[in-house]
Amino acid sequence: MCLSIPSKVIKLDLERNVATVDTMGVKREAGLELMEEGDVKLGDYVLLHIGFIMNKIDEEDALESLNVYKEILEKLDEQERQELIEKDDNCQNRGK
Amino acid sequence: MADLTLKDLYDGFRNPNVIKGLTKLINEEAKKLPHSINIMEVCGGHTHSIMKFGLLQLLPQNINFIHGPGCPVCIMPKERIDHAYILSMQKDVILVTLGDMIKVPGSLGSLQDARANGADVRFVYSPLDTLKIAKENPNKKIIFFAIGFETTTPMTTALIDVVLKRRFKNILFHINHVTVPEVMIELIDSRDEHVDSYNNRIDAFLGPSHVSVITGSKIYEQFPTKYHRPVVVAGFEPVDVMEAILMIVRQFNEGRCELEIEYKRSVSYDGNLKAQALIENYFEKTDLFKWRGLGNVPDSGYHLRPEFSDIDAEKIYANILPRKEIEDHKLCICGDILRGMAKPDECTIFGKACKPQSPLGSCMVSSEGACAAYYKYGNLLK
Amino acid sequence: MNKQITLAMGNGGEENNELISKIFYKAFKNDILEKSEDAAVIHGGALAFSTDSFTVSPLFFPGADIGKLAICGTCNDLAMMSAKPKYLTCSVIIEEGFSTRELEKIVRSMKKELENNNAIVVSGDTKVVPRGSVDKIFINTTGIGEIQKEGISSNNISQDDVILVSRDIGCHGATIFAAREGIELSSNLKSDCASLTHQVQALIEADVQITALRDATRGGVSAVLNEWAKQSNISIEVDEKSIPVSTEVEGICEMLGFEATNLANEGTFVLAIKKEDAQKALDVLHKFENSSNAVKIADVNDEYVGRVVLMSPHGTKRFLDTPTGELLPRIC
Repeated sequence: MCLSIPSKVIKLDLERNVATVDTMGVKREAGLELMEEGDVKLGDYVLLHIGFIMNKIDEEDALESLNVYKEILEKLDEQERQELIEKDDNCQNRGK
Repeated sequence: MADLTLKDLYDGFRNPNVIKGLTKLINEEAKKLPHSINIMEVCGGHTHSIMKFGLLQLLPQNINFIHGPGCPVCIMPKERIDHAYILSMQKDVILVTLGDMIKVPGSLGSLQDARANGADVRFVYSPLDTLKIAKENPNKKIIFFAIGFETTTPMTTALIDVVLKRRFKNILFHINHVTVPEVMIELIDSRDEHVDSYNNRIDAFLGPSHVSVITGSKIYEQFPTKYHRPVVVAGFEPVDVMEAILMIVRQFNEGRCELEIEYKRSVSYDGNLKAQALIENYFEKTDLFKWRGLGNVPDSGYHLRPEFSDIDAEKIYANILPRKEIEDHKLCICGDILRGMAKPDECTIFGKACKPQSPLGSCMVSSEGACAAYYKYGNLLK
Repeated sequence: MNKQITLAMGNGGEENNELISKIFYKAFKNDILEKSEDAAVIHGGALAFSTDSFTVSPLFFPGADIGKLAICGTCNDLAMMSAKPKYLTCSVIIEEGFSTRELEKIVRSMKKELENNNAIVVSGDTKVVPRGSVDKIFINTTGIGEIQKEGISSNNISQDDVILVSRDIGCHGATIFAAREGIELSSNLKSDCASLTHQVQALIEADVQITALRDATRGGVSAVLNEWAKQSNISIEVDEKSIPVSTEVEGICEMLGFEATNLANEGTFVLAIKKEDAQKALDVLHKFENSSNAVKIADVNDEYVGRVVLMSPHGTKRFLDTPTGELLPRIC
């Protein structure tokens, strides 16, 4: 449940156990208490919830999903094109 | 593979063309469905996404949504909200909690009302903000009124950890954390023999996004195996929700009944083990309270383990905190609505005595509850 | 209505409107008041008259301070009725112990903004109250201006009009939130606090057919559109993807669970312009730095009279409601 947003880690302060994260230009400190030591690195994409980092976003999985969506769109575009061609082929008014 | 940017993580999962594309696929698959299906989205965040992005308008007639219990505050019984009210009115107490608590009324009023009556109530964005308040007010008792499902529970324990390790002497906790799988079971197979849950209409579950980040998807194992309900754990962006719906429809068409994860980029089977260990360390499962609209949901809450009684505000202030259950309005049919056995507009007090400004049941209290959503979006819904 | 006044009643949204109509309008009943315009039109239509109080915290924030706000706020209300601000009053209630240097800084800001509006303060009042009676300083300004174009009214919008917004929205609300203690954020956010007099005068000089103007203060653009829908008995259909929001404001909204349309603005206004003059109006606005990204955001029809509908880019729609409650971050 609950509002949680992807952010990028731009600074680490291991003494205080906090990271500075950036969400579209808004920077905030977030606690690392819920992450294993050494798990979070600069440049990581993480999920932020009420002031804590709660996990790392798996970049490969994210890109894979985005790729799947790209393929869906390409397939649908192709389908639409085919349908338009068929519609055109079957057009009664052709040549009139 | 191209590099992932932060923008991709937002826009990529809100892309209008992808939403339209998935809509087409869902509508095509749905034609092959053997019967119409009812999907429950358990979490208020999903209800919010569905309403905000108007997703119901994109679905075919044979796919319906039953809106889940909504937010973890809205299912709190009135006498529990009264605990917050009463604690906040104590001399030399500063009650600290999260923003969602402000408007929810108990029998004495909401925390907003308590503040207007002179209570010192502070709303924080993060539990850690409590530490600053405690430092600035060494002579006051700071009570953190903890709320939320499993997503928020570990954050409270992280605060407890800091409080104990850094020996803050003036911070206490009132724990109201609740859990998701138990309420899912209650909806489809109630332990309460007086409750008719056999006629529930829930065919499949859309699993919560961020509860699952913490707990892992393992907590839903029993739903496909023991209860024959597919579960697809979905992200809360509109593309995520639509993809998850497609996955559910395909399960029905292919005769499968499985636990799947749509939200792969953030949810794993095991979840965040460190967070789970913190919860295990400080809390134990309990029958915390009767869920508003649902009644007793066994084992659905957390309270502090006995060895931490020193910081347990519920124990320390036990003599002033009410135990007596306050019944909901007798015409309130939230329980049936949550089980899909009735729709909000079939409730005799819907929109009349029970409105968002004067809610009588949990489904209206939550801005993500079924009744509140119906009231707000009524004639724009399917 | 509640037995007690709650913070939500000052939010510029639902509860605020309820408070105003059930207590104040009820007692002070008169035709001018009931028009609910940004400024009262008095003296046979020649003058506009408006008042506003400023209690913002923190007092100094990126982009402005309470002083600049106090002048912009009232001058903009006058400008929304096409009036050139001329005479202002300035009343202050100051908490004992407040820094004199800070007071001077605030007054210097006010002076600068007065000059920008070609207006002068001709009367005022100062009160000092014991520590704790007010939060540092509260300022009230009241202004009178000369109306340049008659007939501008939020009660006259029709299907011949289109709705424009003068710039990206939510900057002031987002900045104040980020600047508050307890949230601990840092960003490049800046309040949009600015005087709108010159832009309005430019529109008038270019002979743009203006039906209505309103600056989107507390309650944001949502509040304005809903007020217009009710006052003019129309339905407003907003193209969601056309609403300009800066990346940083979006960031705050994502992080805290806000909608940009509910956030306050202090230098952004919404316009109802006759369809055929829409492009002319945009051309005029684009010449000013403060409205360089002015854009059309909505059409008017009669589908859901009294309501505002948001059309999503993926083909669905929902109502955009007047904000309710206090603006608080959500967890869920």
